[in-house]
Amino acid sequence: MPDEPVPPMIEMRHVNKFFGDFQVLKDVSLTVAKGERVVICGPSGSGKSTAIRCINRLEQHQSGQIFVEGVELTDKVKNIEHVRREVGMVFQQFNLFPHLSVLDNLTLAPRRVRKQSRHDTEALAMEYLARVRIAEQAHKFPSQLSGGQQQRVAIARALCMEPHILLFDEPTSALDPEMIKEVLDVMVELAESHMTMICVTHEMGFAKTVADKVIFMDHGQIVEVAPPEQFFSAPRHERTKLFLSQVLSH
Amino acid sequence: MVNLTLADIIPFLLLAARWTLLLAAIAFVGGTVGAMLLLLWRYGAPRVGGLATTLFIQLFQGTPLLLQLFLVFFGLPMIGIEISPLAAAGIALTLYASAFLAEIWRGCVDAIPRGQWDASCSLGMNFLTQMRYVILPQSFKIAVPPTVGFLVQLLKSTALASIVGFNELTRTGQIVANATFEPFLVYGLVALIYFAMCYPLTVGSRALERRMRISR
Repeated sequence: MPDEPVPPMIEMRHVNKFFGDFQVLKDVSLTVAKGERVVICGPSGSGKSTAIRCINRLEQHQSGQIFVEGVELTDKVKNIEHVRREVGMVFQQFNLFPHLSVLDNLTLAPRRVRKQSRHDTEALAMEYLARVRIAEQAHKFPSQLSGGQQQRVAIARALCMEPHILLFDEPTSALDPEMIKEVLDVMVELAESHMTMICVTHEMGFAKTVADKVIFMDHGQIVEVAPPEQFFSAPRHERTKLFLSQVLSH
Repeated sequence: MVNLTLADIIPFLLLAARWTLLLAAIAFVGGTVGAMLLLLWRYGAPRVGGLATTLFIQLFQGTPLLLQLFLVFFGLPMIGIEISPLAAAGIALTLYASAFLAEIWRGCVDAIPRGQWDASCSLGMNFLTQMRYVILPQSFKIAVPPTVGFLVQLLKSTALASIVGFNELTRTGQIVANATFEPFLVYGLVALIYFAMCYPLTVGSRALERRMRISR
């Protein structure tokens, strides 16, 4: 019993994925431990978004295995729905439900998926809205909020399902520059609470401050995995060096 | 020739219009249920359901409604099912409306951005929850104008049921016109009654659209 190893939160083993003839993921293997914060970066089209979308099965992989908290992602709908309940996701385009108020955006899934009462979920939602510092907007509609506010609502919506893992797919890429900080601040707070997180992002400052490891992807492959200190000061691969020189040059 | 005054003709036609409304209502309610099932099948099981529903829709869009009516009315008795003109027209129009509404609504569902599916999936919703609370409420708003447009067409298409001997408005009009030798007057009245039934639908649709625009 004491020797029983703790299974990783996420494990990808030799995952391959194709869009038609085009191979988006090439033999991607990756493990994420509980509480670990991982940043994935790389040029556009490198497969980084696809990789995290495979983790909650928004994309299907064609070969290899993916385990989330020990549950393998296969065609089994039950497994997929189980994993999705435990894995929250924040998108580049926020993807809030435009026909629902902020509060209803947050309570919909807890009520309809977790079958919690309206009263309980609303209390929970208000708590998370306060945490992302937007409680006063609870009764507005998403279209009445700024991009930064919408993204914070999206983070709160994901948190309302009380997930064990959070995936971020370029959460600040669609934001105006002055709004990036408010979203990053929330993400840093989450990271400090030891939420297991995988962030696809170009925010290298964020990677330096909070990541336990940084992954660099290019052409569908994981090129380099390193702790941030090493990743930024002494990258081993030429492609990583080239990428860093491009994103950090100004 | 029978001598009938306007006061005789009009109530006669109005009574017949009830059957037109009944037939339109059957077709619309049946078509709504049918189209919703087709829609859920299509998106719930994209491989089998997608193919089957496309086939169904193509079949009913690619053949004349009159022919579908004949096939039901003359076809069912051949396999031993006796059928009244109302039932035959009801079945044919229901199938026809299912196909058209399913196709109209497919377009409305496809207009919902992919991100809405992604977000609702990522929150662990199953397909029906997703449709019920995220996709359909958003589709509904864009579906109103084309749906009402089709409903108006459907109501007018019920006139075809006159050919299999169902005494709705058009057939009653024919009978009266033959009896009075006043086809222009009688068909004119029939047209007016159709218009009086269709116009409120269009107006109602516009009002509904306006209300939804304000509420959001």
